[in-house]
Amino acid sequence: MSTAAPLPETAAVHWRPRATAERLRARGRTWTLTTVAHTVPFVGTAGLLFALEPLSFPVGLALLGHAWAIPELYARRGANVVRAKARAEDAPERVALGLLGDLVGHDARELHARTGLVPERGELGVWLVGEAGALLVPPGGRRVFCWCVQVPEPDLPSADRIAHLLLALRTDEAGFATVANLAFSGAPSRLRRRMPPRARPALDAAVGLSKVSSPRS
Amino acid sequence: MARLIRMDSSGHSTLAEWAAGDAEAIERAVAEFRKELDAGYYALVTEGEGHARQVTELPLDADLVILRRPIAGG
Repeated sequence: MSTAAPLPETAAVHWRPRATAERLRARGRTWTLTTVAHTVPFVGTAGLLFALEPLSFPVGLALLGHAWAIPELYARRGANVVRAKARAEDAPERVALGLLGDLVGHDARELHARTGLVPERGELGVWLVGEAGALLVPPGGRRVFCWCVQVPEPDLPSADRIAHLLLALRTDEAGFATVANLAFSGAPSRLRRRMPPRARPALDAAVGLSKVSSPRS
Repeated sequence: MARLIRMDSSGHSTLAEWAAGDAEAIERAVAEFRKELDAGYYALVTEGEGHARQVTELPLDADLVILRRPIAGG
């Protein structure tokens, strides 16, 4: 991808360090540690209560429920970035779809038709671009990042929303990842469960691509 | 024929078309281009699959120049 000029939108988030592969790995590790920090106290307290008084098990079960629910809620938040939004009228959608189709290759068009997401290989990994966000599967396919990023124009057709994000991504991939807000990072399997069934094959394809192909240089 | 298009609620709108040597059409296209940039649009040219370049002057040799709105973290 071209890195000649930074994405102008990065000026609005000037305090953020520019995304790099190493910084993404660090953010992923931090995200996991934070999730563990949210979960372990509930599990530990449940165990301690049960050891002190077995009859306290209902409280322990409630605590374990919290320990399970918190990571699930984060995963759900991540899945929401690729959830389809309300469609515009048919005619604008068709026009926008034509432009989007011109921007991508046959395989990407086919995946978009099936899942609503457009795959794009970058230097940071394999992206899946949706209407209101994007997923990034770095090389190896063991983690996925969910980015909340969109065009704040409510009347744009769905395919135009994707085209906006795709063009911004192609202009400056690192800038795109800097502007976007991280909604979730974790194992693809955790996200997949929470994704709309229609979109799941796109994640499977991105994970597969990230395992077998090197990033675009 | 080169085109300047803007992604909008209609899908996209063609704002200008020009051909090399057509000074009048080029002048109109440059004026439209400046007007849209002043209105807050960003202009891009695609450079093959996976590549795009932002431009601040109308590239007269490009086949297609696309105007997009700014994006923002949600």
